[in-house]
Amino acid sequence: MAEVSLRKVVKRYDDVEAVRGIDLDIADHEFVVLVGPSGCGKSTTLRMIAGLEDITDGDITIGGDVVNDVPPKDRDIAMVFQNYARYPHMTVAENMSFGLRLKRYPKAEIKSRVAEAARMLDISDLIDRKPKQLSGGQRQRVAMGRAIVRHPKVFLFDEPLSNLDAKLRVQMRIEIKKVHQKVRTTTVYVTHDQVEAMTLADRVVVMNKGKIEQIGTPNELYHNPATRFVAGFIGSPAMNFVPCRIEEAAGKLNLRLTDGLTFPVPPTRAARYQNAPRNERLLLGIRPEHLTAANGLAAPGVESFETVLDVTEPMGMETLVYFTLEGTQICGRVDPGAGARDGAPLRMAVDLNNMHLLNEGTGAVL
Amino acid sequence: MSSLAIDKAGPTRKVKYGSMSRDRIWAMRWSYVFLTIFAIFSLVPPIYMLITSLKSSAEISAATNPWWVFHPTLSNYVELLGSNQFLRFFWNSAVVAVIVVTITMLISVPAAFALSRMKFWGSVTLATGVFLTYLIPDTLLFIPLFKMFAVLGEWTGIQLVNKWYVLLFLYPTLTVPFCTWIMIGYFASIPKELDEAAIIDGASWFQTLTRIFIPVALPGLIAATIFAFTVSWAQFLYPLVFTTSTDQLVMPVGIITTLVKGDVFNWGQIMTGALLGAAPPLLIYAFLMDYYIAGLTAGATKG
Repeated sequence: MAEVSLRKVVKRYDDVEAVRGIDLDIADHEFVVLVGPSGCGKSTTLRMIAGLEDITDGDITIGGDVVNDVPPKDRDIAMVFQNYARYPHMTVAENMSFGLRLKRYPKAEIKSRVAEAARMLDISDLIDRKPKQLSGGQRQRVAMGRAIVRHPKVFLFDEPLSNLDAKLRVQMRIEIKKVHQKVRTTTVYVTHDQVEAMTLADRVVVMNKGKIEQIGTPNELYHNPATRFVAGFIGSPAMNFVPCRIEEAAGKLNLRLTDGLTFPVPPTRAARYQNAPRNERLLLGIRPEHLTAANGLAAPGVESFETVLDVTEPMGMETLVYFTLEGTQICGRVDPGAGARDGAPLRMAVDLNNMHLLNEGTGAVL
Repeated sequence: MSSLAIDKAGPTRKVKYGSMSRDRIWAMRWSYVFLTIFAIFSLVPPIYMLITSLKSSAEISAATNPWWVFHPTLSNYVELLGSNQFLRFFWNSAVVAVIVVTITMLISVPAAFALSRMKFWGSVTLATGVFLTYLIPDTLLFIPLFKMFAVLGEWTGIQLVNKWYVLLFLYPTLTVPFCTWIMIGYFASIPKELDEAAIIDGASWFQTLTRIFIPVALPGLIAATIFAFTVSWAQFLYPLVFTTSTDQLVMPVGIITTLVKGDVFNWGQIMTGALLGAAPPLLIYAFLMDYYIAGLTAGATKG
């Protein structure tokens, strides 16, 4: 078990800077997920921790030791890959024990460790099969088993579920969480799927263009995104962004969308936006779940307005509605009983207690 | 417009039921025609060899029907297999082939592994270079090579010319480039995660090669082995040029130089020798054919 630290870590390929000086501290036992769009440098970061990529600049420490020049095998890490990282000519047991056999562990110990991992992953009866005879989910379990038997300081996962179908992915996600609850090994997990990141992580690291945008617990990222990128990346459907202005009239702040739509900034948010620039183009960020069908009941900070729906998407437990505001497509989530239909008018309620204001130019959340 | 045309044509046009299977039947017929031609083409020479090998010299020169044996005899086989000279050729061929295959594999497998996996400066150029050397015909090379060994002999006193083991230096120039090329292609089809997983599991490069790559690429390895064996077994030009004493000859050259005396061709024994010489590769192919085909095609399909 160990903590992992990255200090100003840079990775440069010829003239492309894949990772641009990131700092990250991962505590012992912590499950940290690196998430971001493809090409954001998350996989490169993981591979640098693993030692599969050299570090151009900066320091990586595992358990307090700088490992910049330590080969992967001496870093005491285990890695689970997206695909194929099973040895096709070995049985499941041989696959899992390969690392231990290379290190010349006693046979009895290897056997007990493999049996223990197999039991944990529910693959005890597959142990003599070849990877070819396994299903996708079983193969991924074997890959995890191979990591578990080594009792490493750190687990590294590189998009381990991307090759599985949606249903299996959800199942394996839970499986990974269970394993982590049992073995409590420090884990760094890379994915492009924000749902996977939110559900698995103690802390999520959102990366974009080789830099860390924000680090926080899933709830922090969701409720207090630091940048437009994080606000738009975390949450599905994504947060809506509408051009707006803050106006001040008689000491009260107003949020002006179009000429017809002006809402008072609720008291819960007024203090926060006291220093927001007046009469400048800003962005209102509002999540779809805070745009619901108006129910006629007044609540503090909840304002309603008329709109005409473009498209509706019934999901069963809710209906996603799409309409246009200020030339921007907006998504809301309404109750299936609210009578939302394609092309029909609907009175929407917006909960401004959960609003965000963003600087349009810098993308910073105010 | 087009739909109208179809409507018009519809009722008058006869629907051909089962036209697909009729196409298939014709395709089958044609393939059998060509396969038959091919089979005849490739089987006639060995059958002719077999028939002739069972005839006595008298019957061969009597100009009877060449496709029938009237007085079958095993005398050619008895004579050849009883002749120390022929057994010597056979032995030389076998020793050369086995050693050349071993040398080839020991060089080309690690070379291919290095060229396909360790990205070092110039590795791509080197890989292309390896293949280009294979494209130089041996008919171009044998004179400079002969000169090289002759000069080496003059300078150091180590006489390699006219020794069977000179072939151990010559054949790898033919086998190593091609086998390396086959193995590069084969190793390239092994996903990169596999060696990365092995590295993280604590395997050295050498262990990655011996415990992961070689077992996974076994069909490719067998294909390369068969190729190297066939080349060294059947090579004619180099032994013809470099060896002359009868006790140093390998089979292909031995048969020609000892059984053809001036303008006298001992056809019965030549055919017998050729047939016996063809047996070892044939046996190896028969046993390893499935692997061989898998090895040749695997690189292409796995991309």
